[in-house]
Amino acid sequence: MSPSPHTREGWGSRIGVILAVTGSAVGLGNFLRFPGKAAQYEGGAFMIPYFVALFLLGLPIAWAEWSLGRYAGNRGYNSLPGIFRAIWKSRAAPYVGALGILIPVVIYMYYVCIEAWCLAYAFKTATGSLSLGLEKAAYVQFFSGFIGLAGDGDVLTFPHGFWNSAIPYLLVCFLVNFVIIYRGIAKGIESFCRWAMPALVACALIVLVRVLTLGTPNPAIPDQNVLTGLGFMWNPHWGGTTLWQSLGNANMWLEAAGQIFFSLSVGFGIIACYASYLKPDDDIALSALTATAGNEFCEVALGGLITVPAAFIFLGAAGVKDAAGSTFNLGFMTLPMIFDCMPLGRLVGTAFFLLLFLAAITSSLSMLQPAIALLEEGLGLGRRASVSLLGFITAVGTALVIYFSKNAAALDTMDFWVGSVCIYVLATVHVILFGWVLGAERGYAELQRGAEIRIPRVFIFIIKYVSPLYLLAIFVLWLKQNAASYARQMTQDPVVATTVGFILLVLLLFLLLTAQSVRRWNRMGLPRGMEDRP
Amino acid sequence: MTPGGWLIMILSVGFVTTLFGWCIVKVLRTPEATRHLHSQADIEPPDAKTNP
Repeated sequence: MSPSPHTREGWGSRIGVILAVTGSAVGLGNFLRFPGKAAQYEGGAFMIPYFVALFLLGLPIAWAEWSLGRYAGNRGYNSLPGIFRAIWKSRAAPYVGALGILIPVVIYMYYVCIEAWCLAYAFKTATGSLSLGLEKAAYVQFFSGFIGLAGDGDVLTFPHGFWNSAIPYLLVCFLVNFVIIYRGIAKGIESFCRWAMPALVACALIVLVRVLTLGTPNPAIPDQNVLTGLGFMWNPHWGGTTLWQSLGNANMWLEAAGQIFFSLSVGFGIIACYASYLKPDDDIALSALTATAGNEFCEVALGGLITVPAAFIFLGAAGVKDAAGSTFNLGFMTLPMIFDCMPLGRLVGTAFFLLLFLAAITSSLSMLQPAIALLEEGLGLGRRASVSLLGFITAVGTALVIYFSKNAAALDTMDFWVGSVCIYVLATVHVILFGWVLGAERGYAELQRGAEIRIPRVFIFIIKYVSPLYLLAIFVLWLKQNAASYARQMTQDPVVATTVGFILLVLLLFLLLTAQSVRRWNRMGLPRGMEDRP
Repeated sequence: MTPGGWLIMILSVGFVTTLFGWCIVKVLRTPEATRHLHSQADIEPPDAKTNP
């Protein structure tokens, strides 16, 4: 008797599946962005909107995106404008879907810079040039000089020579990304990263043990110890603010939801694009849940216990708040100090930053796929021509981020308007399309097709009523509290205005490409708005 | 670290660890997991496959 397919599949392959699913979800958001946001909004208080957003938005929308993508993919569409057209009959549908091209492309523009910092920090930790002792000012000054926080264009003046600047690392990262995607060898890299990710988690666990055993590194400042560091991260309120005052901040709710979306890659348009390549009976329910769980483990249990407590111990409350003013800075200013005061710190630090760089590469590669799918669908270009055109567009955006480096203004503007606000808007569109246009019951049936777990039916109620109302309420409250100040910032700060203008220009380009795609789909007679609904 | 801080930390870390552990067990018990479960990592767009 021949063995059943069940017995033929070894445990090694199944563990490989877990590593692949988890590895694809882990990225810079877990170890660098999350601690920055948590520190900015006082840790414990931030965790409340964070977990509320995970249950009511992140996980339901992840399931919705996988379902929408697989549904539309089986009808011939792969890019988000096409996916929206397959579900929503309105002529506006593909143009709304253009947001799902804009978001990953713009995020790529600054994400690749942070990727380059990881690579540089890996190299500099390995060579010992980041062993600067326990003086926090030295690390802050190093990072500030390295990315040009003091003035616009500083990075391009090469005060310490070209090879000591961020530029060579950036060029390497840009080249690596595009060569991999141009030559179509992303799968090989992903297979490698499948085994690199557990190493990243192992490194993070070693670092975690070191942070929790730091005690009071500077006896002159006894208040900066492990317990107060953990308290800064997890206490429901800190300093003079009460928990209720913190929870009344609409910005915190928006940013908590934004962080969930960013780290789960929900609302980017990426999940739907990849799901469109699945077969109709592939599981999406357990796959999405496992990716979410792995991501949350890395973010909360590792990222939350390492960076913020360590930053507090070394920088103090005021220093953490200053560093957290720009989202990604905190980890780069703090982690080298931990590595410098631990046994084999140079080895662990090098491995940690290198593995973080690899995790970032897998994420940035996936950010390019939605735009490639649109260029191929819309202009009928081959993969290589699409990749070349996309390379040019992203290079212009990255140059903008590099040049306007004063206080990381361009990076933060892109991260806020695209990495938080646009993601938020696109996630809302996904919820409405799934719950109201495709229909929650029909969507639920699509999600359950081939599923390895049974999703509770309360999901239908959440995705149809709770998620949209929740998204809408926070957005309205946020607009009420902040619209005036953001409008003022745009008129008064030329860097912010230039960056927002650039984002709008890129959006215009993708809208034109979408228009071209629509003409092509019409000629091909592809179905629109569930025309093939049984 | 206040009692509220300990509570939030234990609940948060405990919850994400338990959920991840449950998912691992579930995947390990899934027949034909490699064929049936997917992530962005193993989904290869068809145009990338045919690229010379």
